[in-house]
Amino acid sequence: MAFARSIHHLHPLPPVSNTRGLKPSPLFLGSIRPDSHTHTITRSSVSVSSSAQRRSAVAANVSDVKTKPAANLLVTKEEGLEVYEDLILGRVFEDMCAQMYYRGKMFGFVHLYNGQEAVSSGFIKLLKQGDSVVSTYRDHVHALSKGVPARAVMSELFGKTTGCCRGQGGSMHMFSAEHNVLGGFAFIGEGIPVATGAAFTSKYKREVLKEDCDDVTLAFFGDGTANNGQFFECLNMAALWKLPIIFVVENNLWAIGMSHLRATSDPEIWKKGPAFGMPGVHVDGMDVLKVREVAKEAIGRARRGEGPTLVECETYRFRGHSLADPDELRDPDEKARYAARDPITQFKKYLIENKLASEAELKAIEKKIDEVVEDAVEFADESPAPSRSQLLENVFADPRGFGIGPDGRYRCEDPKFTEGTAQV
Amino acid sequence: MASIFQGIGAATSSLSSSASFETKILQFNSLRSVSGRKCGSVVMRAGGANMDSGSNKIGGRADQLVTNAVATKADTQAASTASKPGHELLLFEALREGLEEEMERDALVCVMGEDVGHYGGSYKVTKGLAEKYSDLRVLDTPIAENSFTGMGIGAAMTGLRPIIEGMNMGFLLLAFNQISNNCGMLHYTSGGQFKIPIVIRGPGGVGRQLGAEHSQRLESYFQSIPGIQMVACSTPYNAKGLMKAAIRSDNPVILFEHVLLYNLKERIPDEEYVLNLEEAEMVRPGEHITILTYSRMRYHVMQAAKTLVNKGYDPEVIDIRSLKPFDLYTIGNSIKKTHRVLIVEECMRTGGIGASLTAAITENFHDYLDAPIMCLSSQDVPTPYAGTLEEWTVVQPPQIVAAVEQLCR
Repeated sequence: MAFARSIHHLHPLPPVSNTRGLKPSPLFLGSIRPDSHTHTITRSSVSVSSSAQRRSAVAANVSDVKTKPAANLLVTKEEGLEVYEDLILGRVFEDMCAQMYYRGKMFGFVHLYNGQEAVSSGFIKLLKQGDSVVSTYRDHVHALSKGVPARAVMSELFGKTTGCCRGQGGSMHMFSAEHNVLGGFAFIGEGIPVATGAAFTSKYKREVLKEDCDDVTLAFFGDGTANNGQFFECLNMAALWKLPIIFVVENNLWAIGMSHLRATSDPEIWKKGPAFGMPGVHVDGMDVLKVREVAKEAIGRARRGEGPTLVECETYRFRGHSLADPDELRDPDEKARYAARDPITQFKKYLIENKLASEAELKAIEKKIDEVVEDAVEFADESPAPSRSQLLENVFADPRGFGIGPDGRYRCEDPKFTEGTAQV
Repeated sequence: MASIFQGIGAATSSLSSSASFETKILQFNSLRSVSGRKCGSVVMRAGGANMDSGSNKIGGRADQLVTNAVATKADTQAASTASKPGHELLLFEALREGLEEEMERDALVCVMGEDVGHYGGSYKVTKGLAEKYSDLRVLDTPIAENSFTGMGIGAAMTGLRPIIEGMNMGFLLLAFNQISNNCGMLHYTSGGQFKIPIVIRGPGGVGRQLGAEHSQRLESYFQSIPGIQMVACSTPYNAKGLMKAAIRSDNPVILFEHVLLYNLKERIPDEEYVLNLEEAEMVRPGEHITILTYSRMRYHVMQAAKTLVNKGYDPEVIDIRSLKPFDLYTIGNSIKKTHRVLIVEECMRTGGIGASLTAAITENFHDYLDAPIMCLSSQDVPTPYAGTLEEWTVVQPPQIVAAVEQLCR
């Protein structure tokens, strides 16, 4: 489809008539991104224009195009409910995190995902167990979408030993070997090479070990990261070796207080894909169905061995960068505009209007999720905090890395060693 | 896995066809020579990590180790490799041999780095491997250290066993982010869910007028990173053994090689052997003073040792090999015997390996010392280009002799 067109037109680039990013005026104060729903559609490399007609009107927006839903819907009822549940789980969980933080149950840096749920649900719900997800510090919802139980994530946030990383990772380091969540990284851009490595393993298994492996990797990161060297280096390597990876840029326009437009010479991140030889796609990240469509194609491409894709999702975070961020720089109008495009409201409307679900069913899901999250909090509360002996466990996969002590035994064999040789 | 390293064990060695192993300089023809040598069973030679306490293990273990490093060693302990003649090769060939044996043994082992594939490695450590094992297994990367090191880490997390080559150790400064944040820490931060069995290797150290940036000693920068192990090889024998041990280890290991040591020649055993990563090597047993060293400085020390022996001193020289963690057992036993310590290293004075070693020894063996620990390190300067200046940056044998004389007064 659209990707095929993107590939054929890589050199030279297809002329793009409408540019989203207006050049900031000298008196630039904040985001001046036009509220152009139509702009978005025509710009996303032709891929979504057809679907715009198929889909019913999204959210309460400026768009005056309200088409009747066509016969072929984009999701089945099952899929729709699964996605809806995931969206709600993401939102309720993050709201609960905020509550728990202010009650003193978790500390440090906590970055919430409110408003961006469509990207996580749109992409990750299409993955298999064997596929990998790599994220940044805004990773709670990525972990949840991939299948990590809410209990495990909440316990991890509380720093309890039942957390997915035994309390040793925290908010910014969610890992799960079982669900192939490869983190959770605090420094931006740090996870992209790791994701590239996971994709490399997939290709290696297929080509060197001759196994039947079509696992793909998703690397999530933000607009700020798209200016980082690791991003470009990995785009190059992934395209060079046709690695099965999808680079998903969650462009929420703000890197803490730095507006994307103030930090980037060319704010259209999707354009950077073709520069390296891969398709670059822009999609409305507030609409889970649009994201899902683009994701399907990108994932399909990767599975078939056709190489990486760069997907830029235009999205927004309703809360501040982290719970410590006073969030004073962003224009309240901008926030209001995006709040009106809340992915959950949009999708709920879609489900109901297309008779995929009834109000009652959706309410039931919301209630269920409320219970799940409450249960997660209870579980985390009741879980034990790590004991002293856990401090020195798992520093090394092979604990002989702690060396041979003066008495001749490996220090890790010393029963007192795990009680801490350092003064902790 | 622990059993591999615990002594020679029950592996029976069939000393079959020893006559077929003729002494020959290894012409590196990878395909034939590796398979040719691996006939019969494999004898796992441990570095002698015998954990029976009580008996004096130093002398015992020395017999098991090949202690005749290079020609500087005065008294060669012949026949320490039983009656097998072994084969002679250069250090970079020994590294290649170890690497190739491991790649042959385990299909998950792969190499990534700049010019490792078609070029064969800038120091020829990976020569011939890409032709043999495919471009994907010996991967030529673009010049993006941070990212391909991170890629190696991601690959290691998902099941592969990559070896990352830094063309020069100094280039790995660009990968510091990945090495520090991900390589060392991810096993712990993930609560033990992901292991990172990666080997990061490359040549470092002061060469012949290579200039400041190509003459760096990164062991001091990396030593604080929790979760990694560091080893430094110095002879073909320990280069091969440590390479194999590092690849087999599930921990991330940084293997420091030295630019000037790649052409050292030595006879190494034909049978397969793996050394112990955490162990130090007794180079020359002695009574008067313990000299701790590693990598290239070992040879300066041995050269000084000749002079010292002529002057009537009996230095005990230990190549610590394991830079992190230190083998405090071997070191401690030595100190308990000699009561004097001299550390000779190529690292900088400030915050180098010697500094950490001094602290570790003081903490653990203070009561056994008859004199303060002396540490000879390189000057805290960026290595100058001029030959004379460069010579004065690193420790030279006369300085070592003078230091020993001072300590043993």
